[in-house]
Amino acid sequence: MDVGQMRRQWMDYIKSMFEERFLDGQFLQLQQLQDENNPEFVFEVVSLFFDDSERILKDLSFALEQQSVDFKKVDAHVHQFKGSSASIGAQGVKNACIAFRNFCEEQNIDACRRCLLQVKQEYFVVKNKLETLLRLEQQIVAAGGSIPIMELGF
Amino acid sequence: MELTNDKFSIPTPASTSTSSSRLADLVSDQFPAGLRVLVVDDDPTCLMILERMLRFCLYQVTKCKRAEVALSLLRENKNGFDIVLSDVHMPDMDGFKLLEHIGLEMDLPVIMMSADDGKNVVMKGVKHGACDYLIKPVRIEALKNIWQHVVRKRKNQWKDLKQSGGGLDEGDRQQKVSGDVDYSSSANEGKSSRKRRDEEDEADERDDCSTMKKPRVVWSIELHQQFMAVVNQVGLDKAVPKKIMEMMNVPGLTRENVASHLQKYRLYLRRLSGVSQQQSNLNNPFMSPQESIFASTSINGIDLQTLSPAGQLSNPSLAKLQAAGLFSSENLKLRFGEGQLQHMSSNKPMNFLHGIPTNMEPKQFANLHQSIQSFGSTNTRVNASATPRSPWLMQMAHSQPRRQMLNENTNSQATRFPSSLGQPTGPIGVSNGFVGNVIADTRNITYPYNSVAQGNFDASPSNLGHCGFSSIQHAGQNRDASLIGKSLINTGDGMSQGNLQNVGQHLNTLLVDNSLRVKSERIPNPSFEINPFSEQFGQEDLMSAFLNQHQGVGHVGNEFDLDGYSLDNIPVYNRSC
Repeated sequence: MDVGQMRRQWMDYIKSMFEERFLDGQFLQLQQLQDENNPEFVFEVVSLFFDDSERILKDLSFALEQQSVDFKKVDAHVHQFKGSSASIGAQGVKNACIAFRNFCEEQNIDACRRCLLQVKQEYFVVKNKLETLLRLEQQIVAAGGSIPIMELGF
Repeated sequence: MELTNDKFSIPTPASTSTSSSRLADLVSDQFPAGLRVLVVDDDPTCLMILERMLRFCLYQVTKCKRAEVALSLLRENKNGFDIVLSDVHMPDMDGFKLLEHIGLEMDLPVIMMSADDGKNVVMKGVKHGACDYLIKPVRIEALKNIWQHVVRKRKNQWKDLKQSGGGLDEGDRQQKVSGDVDYSSSANEGKSSRKRRDEEDEADERDDCSTMKKPRVVWSIELHQQFMAVVNQVGLDKAVPKKIMEMMNVPGLTRENVASHLQKYRLYLRRLSGVSQQQSNLNNPFMSPQESIFASTSINGIDLQTLSPAGQLSNPSLAKLQAAGLFSSENLKLRFGEGQLQHMSSNKPMNFLHGIPTNMEPKQFANLHQSIQSFGSTNTRVNASATPRSPWLMQMAHSQPRRQMLNENTNSQATRFPSSLGQPTGPIGVSNGFVGNVIADTRNITYPYNSVAQGNFDASPSNLGHCGFSSIQHAGQNRDASLIGKSLINTGDGMSQGNLQNVGQHLNTLLVDNSLRVKSERIPNPSFEINPFSEQFGQEDLMSAFLNQHQGVGHVGNEFDLDGYSLDNIPVYNRSC
């Protein structure tokens, strides 16, 4: 596969992620922040997001497994997850967090546990896709190409 | 994203000597590049993104995961930052609390951020004094414009300065605005800067017009005393503005004037009694969390928010305010030309009250003295006769226990504030009604008793108000005068503590000066004693924090140059940001 092909593949892939609402415009903002002085920015941020998310999910699982659930704490975790996923542009995760918070307010344990599953699911899917996308990017760069600049509305 | 290279000048109060590099940055050709931003967020992902975005905007970024760390960073670098971005939900400290701290101690513009877009949260941000509230995810575009808050704040400070009796006339101001001063002259020929200038001028003019249309009542000490007399007579519970107004029988005093004054007074009392903030009409953000801390700073704490705009501040008011030891850092921050030195000095609230930053908007000066006086009357420890004495005089009685603090602080204070405190025989005891000679007045406050006792009431500077004397006399008769005298720095008898001597010397010099060129930074410290309650609340810490902030402030010769960046450290809660 030549660079041109890889770039096209990359573009298609990211397009689908947008269309399927795994990602939103915020991700493009991140891309804009990447330049020759910060060539690895997206990769670094996304990696950081992954690490942080695993931690939050672990905390969330732990909190919801308790005998008496501390909803304030759960809500705080979800709130943070909502913030970080929104900052990355992980729309699916963000929306799942919003729903999750509503149930936290209601202090509905069962619903919360279901939400956690939902959030986890969304997270793992987008994680997968982002990893694929980033791998593609690395290949493009390795092949001497540059990553296309995407704009919403493509 | 591209930052234009248009030259841009920020209309800051005029100063021909801009020594501060901060100022240079701010008005440099590349502004807003180099804006020093402190970003605080416990979420590492967000923090990283924000940092990158801010760097992308060519700002100088410092990032921070914890609010406590951020606060100490801010405290250590008084002039180190121009603006703060903070998340709302943080584990170690609530973002709003941090916001209040910053407003109090450093008075920097603070922008809150959160993934929470609920109206309540945003409203909370507004009420706590946030300059802006960004909903996460934050976009670069939003960050590109945050510099406006820095400019706006400076501009408001300047405007307040101007309004508070600034000697600059329209022409001068406009000229300065148009940047004929050194720092700005280099640049602004670009359209953008000109346009901005025009906008600024327009805004200023509009402000002026609005100010002119509503001449405000200045609550002089006499007036307040009258007010107090009536209120006491009628009983606070039954005090209604209309009745008070009628009984006061002051020509030109409207019911509204009285109503707002009464409201402030009530708020003050409430604050005194540590009533929860919810009851206060004004949402004094910093009040509530620091209710305990500031309860003691009754003088400065209470009415700061409620005080009327400083626009109405006249010299006498300023003097009174200063005497009261209430100084809006806002005023302090105002940089103004020579003619306004007096105001400057009077506006130096800072270390007056036991070093606790008094968040006082400049506008509130006018009423400060009122509060002070009201304090006096409510001060039961002191032998309060029906006539409200100068509140601070009254409160001096309380100050005794806090003497220690005063001592501790006066040292640093003294060096920084060579106010004309030291003159026992000077405008002594004139705790109120000083025109411009604020410092002198405040000095009097602190050393009133000795002088009062000696009957030294010569107001050396001609601007000493008259009303002060009567109150001083009262003070002199105050049963607790001796108590106060002991606790107060007695310049007349020579300062008992070495610290005070510095102050005294300064004061003497200043008095001789007689032009009341009190440099803004030289605020008489004795005002510390004014606050009877401050002792209880870890004031040491606050004081030191506060004092630290002013390390760079109050140098001799640091008159009113735009080293006013150092003024920015004056804790002042400025809502107008």
